[in-house]
Amino acid sequence: MELNRGQPGLAAADLTPCKWQPSNVEEDGMIRVQNLTKNFGPKTAVNNVTFSVERGEVLGFLGPNGAGKSTTMRMVTGFIPPTAGGVQIGEFNMLEQPIDAKKLLGYLPENAPLYGDMTVYGFLGFAAEMRGLRGEEKKHAVHRVVEMCFLEGVLHQSIDTLSKGYRHRTCFAQAILHDPPILIMDEPTDGLDPNQKHEVRSLIRRMGEQKAIVFSTHILEEVEAACSRAIIIDRGQIVANGTPAELKQRSELSGTIIVRVAGVPAAALQQKLAQISGVGRAVALTSTGTAAAARVFPQRRLTDGELARAIHQTLAREGWTIEELHTDEGRLDEVFRDITLPDTRKEVAS
Amino acid sequence: MNAMANIKTVAKRELVGYFASPVAFVFIVIFLLLTGFFTFMVADFFRREEASLEAFFVWHPWLYLFLVPAVGMRLWSEERRMGTIELLLTMPLTAWQAIVGKFLASWAFLALALFLTFPMVLTVNYLGNPDNGAIFCAYLGSFLMAGSYLAVSCMTSALTRNQVVSFILSVVICLFLILAGWPPVTRMLEIWAPGMVDPIASFSVMFHFESIRRGVLDTRDLVFFASLIGFCLFTTGVIIRGHRAG
Repeated sequence: MELNRGQPGLAAADLTPCKWQPSNVEEDGMIRVQNLTKNFGPKTAVNNVTFSVERGEVLGFLGPNGAGKSTTMRMVTGFIPPTAGGVQIGEFNMLEQPIDAKKLLGYLPENAPLYGDMTVYGFLGFAAEMRGLRGEEKKHAVHRVVEMCFLEGVLHQSIDTLSKGYRHRTCFAQAILHDPPILIMDEPTDGLDPNQKHEVRSLIRRMGEQKAIVFSTHILEEVEAACSRAIIIDRGQIVANGTPAELKQRSELSGTIIVRVAGVPAAALQQKLAQISGVGRAVALTSTGTAAAARVFPQRRLTDGELARAIHQTLAREGWTIEELHTDEGRLDEVFRDITLPDTRKEVAS
Repeated sequence: MNAMANIKTVAKRELVGYFASPVAFVFIVIFLLLTGFFTFMVADFFRREEASLEAFFVWHPWLYLFLVPAVGMRLWSEERRMGTIELLLTMPLTAWQAIVGKFLASWAFLALALFLTFPMVLTVNYLGNPDNGAIFCAYLGSFLMAGSYLAVSCMTSALTRNQVVSFILSVVICLFLILAGWPPVTRMLEIWAPGMVDPIASFSVMFHFESIRRGVLDTRDLVFFASLIGFCLFTTGVIIRGHRAG
């Protein structure tokens, strides 16, 4: 795969040319991030990042540790000012009208920081008051998120005594308390058990229908489970931007076909497959038992099922029993590794 | 209006935080024990046979030197260490509202501790006929001085994540604020740099507290305390903005 590291815009643009055009970014979207750059001393943490998120979209922010995910989110939420570039939240500019912009945001910072000396109820009350909710409104809002995040059992417990899962949910509750149109979450499922992860993901997906959501993660299955779009960021730059399916297509294995046939030597299978027109090459896979397996790389990208049909017909003519035949969609983790591995290590790996 | 509501919410949270842990009670008890000890044992309140609280107020600059930084050291360093500063400053409020809110909460807490020394006033009134106007002035001066120390602590606690470092820094700065006008130091200065005594001494909380304590409410003293507090809180804001800017 060829990547143009010097020009992140190009790498992103060639992936989804119709969706990703920075010139259109200005026009619409709840979150518009334009050429965002952040330097810490001589170090560039975030370099010229541009993206936008619409209502009804869930954007996954992917990247290795230290890639600049958290720094980007902190700039979007107005916690730290950017060195260059702008952030537009709804109709407000984060630098010029920070208060109005922040009113539209719900934010779950990394590691879910909380005031440990407060009770869950006291903390949520505080968050509600900060959001300008008083009296009945406040009570109603707190009650709503307590139910949504299953916090009834620990409502009057001091936050210091809570388990990590409850702490996370309390901070999450704070973020959605005022029902903000925009939600920004830094690793919302970090440190949760599998059930809680599942819960949070489905909550994100559900809320994503009406809100604009950005969340960062380094768990790739999460992206497939909850995101409508994903951005991969590496060393401060956006290196890929597209739907999970589009990203997966960047995988070398995407579009390849796996064939498993019973009672045939692997070499024979491989030879047979290589003769089919449209097949670039066939590689024998380690097989189990009596079945032989091979991965077929097409010569060029074919329309769905075309090659699989040809393989099936050829093998059926031989009278072989096909145990498995499927098209590989590609794997996100492979794409991720491929894009974000430092160049030197990539050479060693290949 | 909105600003006041935000300040109030921040202050309320901070105050609740004090009383949620035993820290507040420990502090108040220690403060009252120490003021009592110094007044009655060290300054020999009864032997003076004076209907005044001079023996009580004379210790305040020194007591506050250690007790006020202990209250103020966690104000911002704790927020930074726990990461809650990120939560607080991404809420719809300005940094100065948060700074003022937190400062006022701690100041109110110190005021409460100071208020709880009221038995002293009752005692001295029972024993004789003190000048209650002067006592009121002294309380006001003590309260303003506590606020100044607190503002210094607020500033040093914004400098570091470490509460101990914050405590030591603020003790050192407060000590300077005392010593600049402390007679042994001013006498020394008179020998070294005779012209510099008054300008340096006027930076001292001692100098201004003394004059209020004597019952003279001079605008200059009030302006001094107000501008010291204002300056320190402003610096706190600059420091916090500096951290965020990286």
